[in-house]
Amino acid sequence: MKDFEPTVIAFVCNWCTYTAADLAGTSRLAYPPNVRLIRVMCTGMVDPQYVIKALLEGADGVLVSGCHPGDCHYINGNYKARRRIKLLKTILPQFGIEPERLCLTWIGASDGIHFAETMRKLVERLTVLGPGETKLKMVI
Amino acid sequence: MPHIVRLPVEHEQILATLQVFFSRILQQTQVDAMLAPVHLPMKHVVMPSLVADPGKMTGADPLSPSFPMNSAKLVSRLTRRSGRGRFAVVLRPCEIRAFVELVKLKQGRMDKVFIIGLDCLGAFSNTAYSKFAGECGRDATTRFCNHVLFGGRDALDGFDLASACRCCEHFVPHGADLHIQLYGGNVRKEILIRCESDQGSAMADALKLEEAADPQDRAMVVNDLLNVRKAARDRMYANTATVVDSIEKLTRYLADCVNCFNCRVACPVCYCRECVFMTDVFDHDPDRYLGWAERKGMVKMPTDTVFYHLTRMAHMSTACVGCGQCTNACPNDIPVVELFRLVAHRTQVAFDYPAGKDVGDRPPLAEFRESEYTEVVGL
Repeated sequence: MKDFEPTVIAFVCNWCTYTAADLAGTSRLAYPPNVRLIRVMCTGMVDPQYVIKALLEGADGVLVSGCHPGDCHYINGNYKARRRIKLLKTILPQFGIEPERLCLTWIGASDGIHFAETMRKLVERLTVLGPGETKLKMVI
Repeated sequence: MPHIVRLPVEHEQILATLQVFFSRILQQTQVDAMLAPVHLPMKHVVMPSLVADPGKMTGADPLSPSFPMNSAKLVSRLTRRSGRGRFAVVLRPCEIRAFVELVKLKQGRMDKVFIIGLDCLGAFSNTAYSKFAGECGRDATTRFCNHVLFGGRDALDGFDLASACRCCEHFVPHGADLHIQLYGGNVRKEILIRCESDQGSAMADALKLEEAADPQDRAMVVNDLLNVRKAARDRMYANTATVVDSIEKLTRYLADCVNCFNCRVACPVCYCRECVFMTDVFDHDPDRYLGWAERKGMVKMPTDTVFYHLTRMAHMSTACVGCGQCTNACPNDIPVVELFRLVAHRTQVAFDYPAGKDVGDRPPLAEFRESEYTEVVGL
């Protein structure tokens, strides 16, 4: 599995983590290109369905990232996201999808360095974990 | 309150006693109509029916092993919008629990409905019931009832309870106004009814029912059955968990699925008017199918089968009451309820939320707190 390059789908909120990603870019911080960012207005709009679809279609990991508690632009969207991630982390491991493949982080708008660091760590972790089962097996 | 009243049973006619009781409720109380399982005149089939004429109660059959649908959805229809009627509804315990979930999801109201719950004797699958009723004719219910209450726990002439019922530990109703007790005592002589709300007590007073005491053996009988059911449930959980513990195995479990979505139609707590899987989101263009086929080599049609089931788990596993109607509705005999009950059990443990227990609880995904579940945050 030396050549394995994990695919990560990241749902990032417009106000914090996407801005942090932007900052990482303008600051010329390097981070692995394995991550596909999907900008959403708030982590509170990430339906569990999006995460499930990404994992079933062959993503090796999914990241949901938004504002720190108390900082949500919509007051409480990140708290809703946290409950949904709790739900998914309860459901998905029952079918052999390792809970480590699904992450929720809070990365503030000024945290470009933290963003780049998180992406590096996540890709590193998924590289060790290897490809997800959905990439290797037929899913109906 | 709660106090217990008795209905004397003549000539061991348990069912007839209940029919008379129901028709008295229609005649002598403020109830305008009653939703109850009723034998249809044209066939040996029992369907939930809204009865306004007390004379029609001769067809009522709340003890039959027929369970064609979870009536919680029907009670939701009767109460969601306002009207002049006051309804009494005769429900199985899982129907009450499903209705409690629907009320929490703003799909029904408790204040206009009087709930009559029965100790549940269980039910057959739709196909088994149809065969059983065909063989036994008019005696079907009496034979079933006698077998469950006075016979044994073995299958009756090869007819066993539906898989959901065999591992159901919620056979005693909670949340009813009147609770008709069948386990313990001797229902061939008298049926005891527990009044579990002020409304229930008022109804018993209005009907001038005699006070009684709980039969001494009830606790023991209920407990014995509870232990049997819990053991069956835990075996089912363990078996199911091992046959779906990878995506490949889950895919095998669901391989017969044809995306008919009958399980979601039959599900009492899948309340969305339009399920996302029925919308344009899944009305893919030909080129998308081609793209998937080219990328993966082949793609099963219709697509999104596992996606549908996993999404449904995410959407309703907090509210699943394990009634088994999903399995009943599956045209290809996929044991849907085993899978969904297991997942629902784990979801409900994770959120410390027993579905259908208390109408005052808030559904887990309808609320949140500032400091909670911090263990799911971070890499």
